[in-house]
Amino acid sequence: MDRIPILTMGHFLLVTIQVDMHDQLALTLQDDLTNKITSTLAKGVLIDISSLEIVDSFIGRMLGNISSMARVLGAGSVVVGMQPAVAITLVELGLSLTGVYTALDVEKGMQLLRRQIDADFYHLTTDGNFVEI
Amino acid sequence: MPILLKSETLEVTEERDIVTVRQAVRRVSLEIRLSLVDQTKVITAASELARNLLIYGGGGEVVLEQLQEGARQGVRVHFVDEGPGIENIEVALRDGYTSGGGMGLGLGGAKRLVNEFELVSAPGKGTRITITRWK
Repeated sequence: MDRIPILTMGHFLLVTIQVDMHDQLALTLQDDLTNKITSTLAKGVLIDISSLEIVDSFIGRMLGNISSMARVLGAGSVVVGMQPAVAITLVELGLSLTGVYTALDVEKGMQLLRRQIDADFYHLTTDGNFVEI
Repeated sequence: MPILLKSETLEVTEERDIVTVRQAVRRVSLEIRLSLVDQTKVITAASELARNLLIYGGGGEVVLEQLQEGARQGVRVHFVDEGPGIENIEVALRDGYTSGGGMGLGLGGAKRLVNEFELVSAPGKGTRITITRWK
């Protein structure tokens, strides 16, 4: 069965979607991520969609669900790398991804995630770096 | 009247066919050199309507056409099913309305993403939706 790989890096789970997903694949990813947050006690999920050429309402809903489920399980989440044409289309479609955190690239996404979980795990030093407590 | 340059028919009977429809629409959009934003819009609209075709229409046919009208080219896609049809088209087009488990963005959203949108349907008579995006 097709699966999108989920990488574990410290307290974070990383996903890069690089294929044109059929609906079942999107649902499988949603389930896999939710299970993995629980099994690894992850504090944050980063989803890179820079290779995605479209986000329709189904994939948009999946992104929203992942973000809600992560929150319920005590983890932060961020979607990074959305192409400008995809963003324009999403808004015209009527999907605003309410509740989904987004960032331009992986680096900014990781910063956002670290800030989300700052209180739990990280301490922001005066020079702007994060130090694990 | 636009001239039909090319036409192909795709069957939509399972989820994976939605991906095939997206890819076919992308191919034609590239061929007529739509801008990236317009490509993305028409592919997204086609994805929504192909899913509707499967979920609400019980599957059906997608006819993809490459058109020429004067100096401009366009991509036109028909979504044809013999499903239950739509009782109230005005309501079905409203954002947030869904008769299934969806988000209710498919029809109204798809309409906003294309230049021309035509919906012909009646209860028990199936549904035919046609979208066109011009270069």
